[in-house]
Amino acid sequence: MKNAHIFAIKDCALITIATGRKAINLAELRENLQDVGSDSIYHHFWGGLLAPRFDEREFHNDFAGWARHSLREPELAERLAVINPAEGHDMEAIRQEILDVVDDRLDESEISRWMPAARQFEFLRSQLVIFDTHRRMEKPADLARQIPKMSTSSIFYHFIDARSRMQEPTDDFRFWLTGFGAEHEALCAQLAAIDPFFSSLSQIRQELTELITTYFGGGTA
Amino acid sequence: MSKLLESFAAITGPDVVNHLRQLAESLHGAKVIHVNSTRIGGGVAEILEKLVPLFNEVGLDTSWEIISGDADFYQCTKSMHNGLQGNKVNIAAPLLAAYERANQACAEALRTKLTKADFVFIHDPQPAGLLDHFPDRHGKWVWRCHIDASHPYRPVWKYLRGKVCNYDASIFSLPAFAQQLPHPQYIIPPSIDPLSDKNIELSQEEVNRVFVQFDLDPARPLLVQVSRYDRFKDPVGVIQAYRLAKKFIPDLQLVLAGGEASDDPEGEAVLAEVREAAGNDQDIHILLLAPDAHRTINALQRAADIVVQKSTREGFGLTVTEGMWKSKPVIGGDTGGIRLQVINYHTGFLVRTPEGAALRIRHLLHNRSRMQEMGRKGKEYVRENFLLTRQIREYLTVLLSLRHGTEYRIDLS
Repeated sequence: MKNAHIFAIKDCALITIATGRKAINLAELRENLQDVGSDSIYHHFWGGLLAPRFDEREFHNDFAGWARHSLREPELAERLAVINPAEGHDMEAIRQEILDVVDDRLDESEISRWMPAARQFEFLRSQLVIFDTHRRMEKPADLARQIPKMSTSSIFYHFIDARSRMQEPTDDFRFWLTGFGAEHEALCAQLAAIDPFFSSLSQIRQELTELITTYFGGGTA
Repeated sequence: MSKLLESFAAITGPDVVNHLRQLAESLHGAKVIHVNSTRIGGGVAEILEKLVPLFNEVGLDTSWEIISGDADFYQCTKSMHNGLQGNKVNIAAPLLAAYERANQACAEALRTKLTKADFVFIHDPQPAGLLDHFPDRHGKWVWRCHIDASHPYRPVWKYLRGKVCNYDASIFSLPAFAQQLPHPQYIIPPSIDPLSDKNIELSQEEVNRVFVQFDLDPARPLLVQVSRYDRFKDPVGVIQAYRLAKKFIPDLQLVLAGGEASDDPEGEAVLAEVREAAGNDQDIHILLLAPDAHRTINALQRAADIVVQKSTREGFGLTVTEGMWKSKPVIGGDTGGIRLQVINYHTGFLVRTPEGAALRIRHLLHNRSRMQEMGRKGKEYVRENFLLTRQIREYLTVLLSLRHGTEYRIDLS
């Protein structure tokens, strides 16, 4: 996303790929976590948003879900669940956070090292194909018209995937708005306050729509 | 927009269909060929029946070819199927020879087409040996495994791996089914076609007709399992579950509706076992339906109170998705792709034993409002995740991935 005054609305499609790495206990999970590709860690935090999922999912990263339901380690699951990739860390920092939590648990409980899980953890990665929708926005107020029409995968690309593309913790919408100077700082702050980690993509689209409609409907533009 | 795509847009929303068109733009004109072993019967044929025309409608040049063989070929491929699902079956050398012969003959018949194709999808083990006969192939070849290969019988897998490892990629339905192979292994769960005879909306009159046709009482609770007569589908286990539940719900009725597939030589033997297990119980209805009895299956699923799919091994189990699409709670075996579809306590229940199935049958039939809530959630879950448009999107993404490399982001914009 270039910070020009024309915003090209893009869309994406994700395909999941097996890495062949599997873990049947916590020690094996740790061993794999050390050197599995960072794209795999990214997938297990964010890929679920574009993959088949049930809206009432209990945990929002796959490591926490596996710890709870396959290892039956609720404390570990809770500690893993609070790791938040939306805070702008790169995936290497996230990897280290997970390793720290796992190491703490392995230090606490010898039995956790070898207790087999009910199901294996399969390390996956994904590929994202990005394509042009041929729709464009020229001025910030266009957001109010275009966001409700964007597909959920387009929301994923511009609002979530952008965070790992940018050098700074931002998304494509905020990055574009800053190109118009300080005029829309208030809107940027409101966009930054949306926590994408606990919502489905359609919920995020709804939140964005309401926020932007209110902002521009209020005559701030 | 074409008529077929328009019809899908009416169910999924136009955005989903536009998304497919945009994704396919850079693949316009690509020659794609699918090869499997039957045009009628079984989940693969049902998927290809719609997937092929839809690929064409978004601009790809797609066709569908069949491999066939003699009785030994089908015996061999059935054994391979069972072996991939973990059955300890040893395949005799003459059967493997029949397999090799059938693949060679098919290769000769399709040589020009397959050599020139940009992308070839080989479905399941039956045509997997084709690749060996195309050293000068032009395009990318993908092996699509629809079977639960999570714990394959090693001698069978060793033989098949020798065929499969030379492909450019493979596709499995679930991560647990993926194997150690020297190429990318994509994960694509299957899907249903909401416009097919098996899933399209039916009038209440048409649903009511199956009560008459099969001597069912519409006033009494009905369990329905639709699947081939295959031991892995555990039809005898379903009868056991029905019997355990019937002690508490004497009115209970059971329909086991088995379709036939032309590539399954074991069906008759399993059907005999099922008939023996059913005995003289007038409330157990064992149906042997024609391969094209899709509307009848549709009506039976809609007539059911609970849809059952108590498999012990399952590639995916499309009948689960079909049941959920008809707003039914589903009691499914805790295995394979059923786990991805039945969200325990939300869209149905996962069970491991006839006893477990019986318990859930009793629970649901005593909690009608829960059944309705599960049915509602199940239908929406299918709409979001298991309709054909999602599968087509993922196939197109695989083609683009094969064409553009292995980086995380492939930017076509």
